[in-house]
Parts: sequence; structure tokens; C-alpha cells
Amino acid sequence: MTARGEAPAAGRGRSPRRATAAAFIRNASSVAGLVLIALVVAAALVGPALYPVDPFAIVWRPLAPPGEAVAVPLGSDFLGRDVLAGILHGGRATLAVGASAAAICVVIGIAVGTAAGFYGGLLDEALMRLTEFFQVLPGLLFAMTLVSLFGPGPVTVAVAIGVASWPPVARLARAEIMRIKQFDYVRASRAVGASNRRLLWRAILPNALPPLIAAATLAVGAAILFEAGLSFLGLGDPDAMSWGLMMGANRDFVLEAWWAVTLPGLAIFLTVLGVSLIGDGLSNALDPRRRGR
Amino acid sequence: MRLTLILGRRLLGAAALVAAVLVLAFVLLRLAPGDAALAIAGGMGGATEEMLDGIRRAHGLDEPLHRQLLVYLGRTLSGDLGYSLFFDAPVTELILARLWPTVLLVATAMAIALVLGTWLGVLAARRPGGAVARLVAVVTLAGWSAPAFWTGILLLLAFSAVIPLFPLGGMHDLRADSAGLARALDVAHHLVLPAIALAIVSLAPYSRIARASMLDVLGADYIRTARAKGLGERAVLLRHALRNAALPVVTLAGYQAGTMLSGAVLVETVFDWPGLGRLAFESILRRDHPTLLGILVFASAMAVAANLLTDLACRVVDPRLEAGSAAGDRPS
Repeated sequence: MTARGEAPAAGRGRSPRRATAAAFIRNASSVAGLVLIALVVAAALVGPALYPVDPFAIVWRPLAPPGEAVAVPLGSDFLGRDVLAGILHGGRATLAVGASAAAICVVIGIAVGTAAGFYGGLLDEALMRLTEFFQVLPGLLFAMTLVSLFGPGPVTVAVAIGVASWPPVARLARAEIMRIKQFDYVRASRAVGASNRRLLWRAILPNALPPLIAAATLAVGAAILFEAGLSFLGLGDPDAMSWGLMMGANRDFVLEAWWAVTLPGLAIFLTVLGVSLIGDGLSNALDPRRRGR
Repeated sequence: MRLTLILGRRLLGAAALVAAVLVLAFVLLRLAPGDAALAIAGGMGGATEEMLDGIRRAHGLDEPLHRQLLVYLGRTLSGDLGYSLFFDAPVTELILARLWPTVLLVATAMAIALVLGTWLGVLAARRPGGAVARLVAVVTLAGWSAPAFWTGILLLLAFSAVIPLFPLGGMHDLRADSAGLARALDVAHHLVLPAIALAIVSLAPYSRIARASMLDVLGADYIRTARAKGLGERAVLLRHALRNAALPVVTLAGYQAGTMLSGAVLVETVFDWPGLGRLAFESILRRDHPTLLGILVFASAMAVAANLLTDLACRVVDPRLEAGSAAGDRPS
């Protein structure tokens, strides 16, 4: 029965997981994304130690262009703060808030979507109304309101972003769970008496994960953009240097010192681009139907 | 189900959503102290939640909540969103004065994203996995990954500072007191850069939906028939396929209204565009909570209305969507 092309996956040493990894690696753009993120995370982790300049300290004359002095390789901002120090130190706040916000978003989204999709009925109806409610609130305005009311701090910002951005994840999770719930193996599992919990954790969720992992990756990118936007508007954590904060603070001096505004923006862009490329590569690699498309 | 019945159910659902937004705004407004308490707290140089509670008690703001809520709901539904101490004007008036610029900006950006994004999606669908498809995927993904305010600043630097093609900001030339056509042209001139900055972010979702939808349709029998009878590729793509593939794209546009508004906050701030987003930013700087919450309520109501219209429009256009959910409900 094992004709060449249909050999059992394990028999040829090419497990689905390996195939997925191979599809991911074959995709040049997802590898580029990985490299980008590795660089950004490395810079955020060791950068401050290798370049121990206080990003808030005034170290040079204001508005010095890049290359003017060794003390400020990427120039100084409108107060005379080191732009390079800001970029290296600012990555931590941006990445930490972005990642925790994305975690909040994904946890709420998967919990709500799974409960709605698995149990159905009235619970589904109620949870979907709730999702719809959070979806009509314009995300950034809602987060701005929360931060403005409860004061800017890393926790408030992360929670505000997470709460404002879970509905798409919940919709995706619900759709996946409902799709998988119909499969024969799930019915069979139910027929032999598997408990709801076992059905959910052993039969359904593992198979719903691939698209959710891809969505979670994209949620990280969206959360980083979100954090940058809030910080740009002056609603981020004022005590931690971040890329959005640098851009917002120097915005009025963009004509005099383009470097102090565009370079932190470039850092945000490259980070989010890296995350998106990975997410894109994952969603292609994890979905066999889309491989090679 | 009959259309009138669906219409009724949808209207009821929309009304419930707006009511829920109002309750949320009320709760948030209560968590933030009223204007008087806020002024006192501001005078003390900020206050903790406990101190605010004290101020609230001192000013008798802890009446029965349900009564306060009813008063708030009644007032809001009659069009009164409160009073802004900072701007010294009713919030409704402030919002209406800033509405038009935002609608103009968002609608223009949406039109650009819709047309350009769909075009890119069609290009990508012609040969899935080909060089063009990959290029479209990477370019639109880059657009999605760039913060709108950064793109806006880059556009400003490039096309108004270095090459002075467009103005640096604002909605019209303050030196020229133009009217009529000249004014419209002036506004359009100011609109170009912010609209592009806002549109770039949305290219990715439109091109993806358009591509996926085109790929679905291109596999259909009637497309094979069209090709078999010798129609040119262009006619097949645009007149036969795109027509049927367009619905999810248009649906996305309807559901994107709220998202676009969020982007508008940032873009308006960069370009000094005198819209609702800029008003929201200003009201945060002044800690003007009634205005901020008024904008949140108003914007959510607009999003509800846009979703409702999209939903109904889809049902009218596509008779297949009778009892089930709208096309926009399916995961993308």
C-alpha cells in the first residue's frame, strides 16, 4: 500500500514538523525576518551593556548631525541626548511592552474564541457580542483613553493594547475550533467517552494551533506598532526610553534634525517587518495547502 | 429570512452595541472624576485613585449610579456629549467642527488603499508563487509594518522639505483666503501626503483579500468557459473574475472604518490635520476627559453604523448571504 509518494510521513523520516520547518526555511523572506529579529533582540539585550550611555543624559550640543562627533555617532536630539543610546536602550521598553501586550491579546483572544467555538449556543452568542463590542471601539482611541485615565506606565500601556486588540484573534480561534469540532476523529473521540476537557486539550486545540501561532506572531508586530504609536503621542511609559518616545519628543525638530526622528522610526519599522516576515512565513509553512503559493 | 426581519435584527444589535459603548464611556467617566474634581486634582499636581475618591465624595458625585447612568444616557442620546472645560464649548459642537476633515482624510485614504490594494491583489493572483506575487506580498507587508507616523514624516521630509511639492501640514494655506474651486484645490493639495501615509498601512489587507478572493474565483468553471471561448486575459480577470471577487474587498472596506480612524489619530498629529484624531490628541494633552470620551463614543457609533451599512449592502448585492452571517464574518 505504500506507493512511493504516499509513504507514511514518519517512515521516510520526514515528519510533518520537519516538513514545516523545511517550508519555513526555504522561504527566503522568513529567514530574513528571523535574522532581523535576532539582530534587534541582540541589540536590545547587549546594546545597553556595550554602549553604557544614559539615553536621557545630555551629552553633546543639541541637534548635532550624525558623524559630527565620536561622542554621538548617530547625532544628538533637540536636547543634546545621544540618538544611538536612545535607539539601543529604547528597544527594551518597546519590545517588552509589545511582547506582553501581544501575550495578553492572544490569551484573551484564544480563551474567548475557544470557549465560544467549543461550547456554542448561548455562550457563543454572548461572547461574540462581547467580541463585536470590542471590535467597534477604535483600538488606538480606546487605548489612549485608558492610558489617559489610568496614567501611563508599562503595565497600563500593555493592558490597554492587549484589551484593545484581541477580537480578531478570538474570531480566528472560534472559526478554527468550529471547523475542527466537525471532524470525524473528534466525534469518534467523543463517542468513546472523552471528557470535554480532554477533547479540547488533546483533540481540538493542538490542531487549531498552526493558524493561531501565525496570528500570534502578527499580533506581536501589531502590538509593537501600537506601543510606538502611544509613545509617539506621549502616552507611553515616560520613565523608560522608547523608540516612539524619541520620535514624539523630536517631532517638532524634524526639519532641523531628521536623524532624531527617522532613525528610531527605522528601528520600529525593521522590528515589525522582521516579526511580520516570520509570521507570514509561519502561516505559509504551517498550512500545507498554502505551501509554495 | 426576509430582508425586513434581518434589518430589524441588525438595527437592534447595532443599538445594543451603541448602548454598551455608552455604558462603558459612563463607567470610564466615573473612574475619571468630573470636571470640578479634575480641576482640583490638577491643582494639586495629580492625584492617586484614593485621593480622587475623596474628591468625588466631597463633591457629591457618588449619587446612586443607576440614576447618574440614566441621566447620562438620556443626555447623550439627545446629542449632548458633555461640556469641555478646556475648549469652553459643548463636546458635540467640537466634534462636529472637526468631523469633516477626518471624513475627508479617511475616505480618500480608503479609496486609495482599496483601488491600489485590489490592483496589487489581482496582479498577485495572476500567477500565485510567481515573482510578482512575492514582490506584492513583501511590499504590502513592508507598508503594514511601517508605523503610519513614520511613513508620514518620511513623506514630509521627502516631498515638502527636500522637494517642496506639498505643504508641510495643515488643511489649507492660511495666507491665501481662497474660496470655491481654488479652496478645494488647496485642500486637495494639503490632503495628498496624509492620505498616502494613511493608505499605505492598509494596502496589505486589501491586496491579501483581493488575491485570495481572486484565486477562489479563478478556479471556477465559468472562468474556464470564458477562457475557452477565447476572451482575452484582461477581460477574464477584470470583467468576469474581479466582479465576483470584489465583494470581500468591499466588505473589508466597511469593517476597516474603525481601524482607519485609529491610524488617522497618528497621521493627523504628524500633518497638523485639524480632524477628530488631532482633537483627541489635544484633549489628552489638556486632560480633557469629556472631549476624549465624546470622541470615543462618537467614533464607535460611526464604526457601528459603517458595519451595519456594509452588512446590509452585502446582503443586497449578494443574494447568497441570506440567513447566514455576512462575508466579513469569515476569518481572513
